[in-house]
Amino acid sequence: MVAVHLWSGLRALADGQEVVEVEGETVGQLLDALVAAYPGLEPAIRRGVSVSVDGQIIANNRHVKVAPDAEVFLLQRLYAG
Amino acid sequence: MALDTDTKTFKYIGTRPDRPDGLDKVTGRARFGADFSMPGMLHGAILRSPHAHAKIVKIDATRALALAGVKAVVTRADFPTGLTGEDWNIQENVMAGEKALYDGHAVAAVAATSQLIARDALKLIEVTYEVLPHVTDVDKAMAEGAPVIREGAADYSVPEGLHPNIVRYMDTGRGDLDAGFAAADLVLEESYKTEAAHQGYIEPHACVGQLGADGKGELWCCTQGHWFVRQMCTAVLGLEATQLRVTPSEIGGGFGGKTTVFIDPVALALSRKANRPVKIVMSRSEVLRASGPTSSASMDIKMGMTRDGKITAASGTFRMQGGAFPGAPVDVTTMLAFANYDIEHVHHIGYDVMTNRPKQAAYRAPGAPMGAFAVESMLDELCRQLDLDPIDTRLKNAVKEGTRATFGPKFPPVGLIETLEAARAHPNYGAPLGPNQGRGVASGYWMNWGGETSASVAIGEDGTVQVSVGTPDIGGSRASMALMAAEAFGVPYENVRVNIADTGTLGINEPTHGSRATFASGLATVEAAKEAIGKLCKRAADKWGIDAEAVTWEDGFAKPSGPNAGEFPPLGIAEIASEMGSTGGPISGHFESSPDGFGGSFGTHIVDLEVDPETGRSTILRYLVVQDAGKAIHPAYVEGQFQGGAVQGIGWALNEEYVYGEDGCLQNPIFLDYRVPVASDLPMIDTVIVEVPNPGHPYGVRGVGETGITPPLPAVANAVRAAIGVRMTQLPLTPPRVLAAIKGRG
Repeated sequence: MVAVHLWSGLRALADGQEVVEVEGETVGQLLDALVAAYPGLEPAIRRGVSVSVDGQIIANNRHVKVAPDAEVFLLQRLYAG
Repeated sequence: MALDTDTKTFKYIGTRPDRPDGLDKVTGRARFGADFSMPGMLHGAILRSPHAHAKIVKIDATRALALAGVKAVVTRADFPTGLTGEDWNIQENVMAGEKALYDGHAVAAVAATSQLIARDALKLIEVTYEVLPHVTDVDKAMAEGAPVIREGAADYSVPEGLHPNIVRYMDTGRGDLDAGFAAADLVLEESYKTEAAHQGYIEPHACVGQLGADGKGELWCCTQGHWFVRQMCTAVLGLEATQLRVTPSEIGGGFGGKTTVFIDPVALALSRKANRPVKIVMSRSEVLRASGPTSSASMDIKMGMTRDGKITAASGTFRMQGGAFPGAPVDVTTMLAFANYDIEHVHHIGYDVMTNRPKQAAYRAPGAPMGAFAVESMLDELCRQLDLDPIDTRLKNAVKEGTRATFGPKFPPVGLIETLEAARAHPNYGAPLGPNQGRGVASGYWMNWGGETSASVAIGEDGTVQVSVGTPDIGGSRASMALMAAEAFGVPYENVRVNIADTGTLGINEPTHGSRATFASGLATVEAAKEAIGKLCKRAADKWGIDAEAVTWEDGFAKPSGPNAGEFPPLGIAEIASEMGSTGGPISGHFESSPDGFGGSFGTHIVDLEVDPETGRSTILRYLVVQDAGKAIHPAYVEGQFQGGAVQGIGWALNEEYVYGEDGCLQNPIFLDYRVPVASDLPMIDTVIVEVPNPGHPYGVRGVGETGITPPLPAVANAVRAAIGVRMTQLPLTPPRVLAAIKGRG
């Protein structure tokens, strides 16, 4: 299980939790598991999110590996300027 | 890609060779967007709404089509239907459908045998409007009873009960604000406003489009990203992506504003109808009325601080309008507003709001300067009221490697502290000030970007190197690519030519945006060079009859890797290349990725200015930019980026603003009235390059293009505060506003 930190606007869509635990070995698997466990998150994740894994911001790559003890944050979808 | 720790000393990187495009640009040989022409080409012109908000009842082009020389007229009826999401937004923006949504919104276009005929024909198109109520101010657009721009535009994030013009809502943060503010010795609350500013690129948008009835086309245009142009044009016109080939011209500035399309699909639609190439060049007035400025913002900030300068809590509400479409960069504003500092209790609320203004586009660190203005202004005020040094206070709170960012994760290695220390040590910080003069300090951050990237290198038969990248060269990236390729191959800088490839010759590349070109295309160039070097080594190994693994590459030569590999004279790149046709064929390297190791860049600025107490006019006396570049590949270009960002920020702080009248129409759509700083307005901008290597790039590069526009807004405002003794909370600080503040201070 990987602990995923949600930004505060998402917490109401995940039973009020700030951190949720889901199964997954990649960023994509974690996102899919989040939607499966908390369907209310689906619009936000479908719209696009970025993910921070151990401080490294993954802008848009579902195949990045995630260790079980990794620190994972969902972030608003980042884009360039 | 990890930092290449083997390359601790550089031969080419860090030098300042002549720019490869210099001769073309000083002799006028460089071809910009408007320089391109084709045989049989028509000229396009676009009819634009004179109303801020109006229903389009009828468009009658009969008289225009009857004018000699007119070959085609297009309206929204000539574009496909059924688009959704951002594709629909772009289509609606390039050609209005049922309503004109802002002053300048395109409603029809003409192609004719000359530009004059095309413009005359526009006057013959009869459009019947039903004028609707409008709103251009972000706060008014959110208020009860405000005219609704478009029902149903809000996404999932907007709570029930908010005005339909609010299309996205953000709520992020952590900790216990009440506890944090309770721990403070001083808590301040203030509201701030910034106006929309335009990127102000010198070259207007220009393109030539050719599209046939078979759905195949070509487009030549000035753009920061031709794959983006391809995607947007093909979506808007209902074409297959690879059937449109897009070639970028030289570009006279973009700053984010040329990462989208305004005229390109219109030129292609006219060409499809007229069956001839069509050229469109925007006038300056069109650029200001109908391309994308940045958002305006209205913000409420609250911060608490102990008397020894520790920030205990911070909260901000950020309301930003992005024109008549969703997309104001308030997500970035909320993410970065307090990102300079280590704050335990922090909270952000953000609103993306629609108004009757042009669709906002990216502008250099989109969303960051507004938040920085508010937060860094308040930090300065906290320092004033607690009698604290502004740099020491920032150092006390500055983030560093391992600090948990206000947006969640921990920072990798970053250089804010290094920029603050360098700024404090700079002579400008201790320079004496005279009457009516003030000094302002501010810091800023941009997180940078990786993005989809593809690059190729090919070895010429004489051993010179050709590099092909897909990121248009706006700020000197060809020189930087050439330096990195020269370093990797061990060949002179002059032996490398860098080309910007079109969409038909490389895989997808995101634009030159997000301060990514030197980072991402540079990384791809280095990795492609490594692949080519592997092949060069293999050719040498084959010649010597040894394993390729027994060959190493050093300073442009293949050499046996050690005594066990055998004794052979080194083989130079030119010698290997001269034989490549008979030793296995061409030698090239290729690399593609979406690199995630982009490292953010912090900067700290110090400005001294003088305010004329009789006119309120501010004159910049000294300006210092200190910024972390990771590793400066070509320091002169890095300094140029620092200076350019500072100058644009100074303009935004002092003069630049979109002025709308009561009729909702833009009042200042020319450079005489939209006042950007020119060289005679400013002193030379001083620079200091800090280098905290980015572990995500083989040479340690961090993007440097955008951070530089973030600190100037608050730095200038803080200097004005110091000069006149009044805190001003609304930008720009025009002479009339400053004079009114001086007169009001009593």
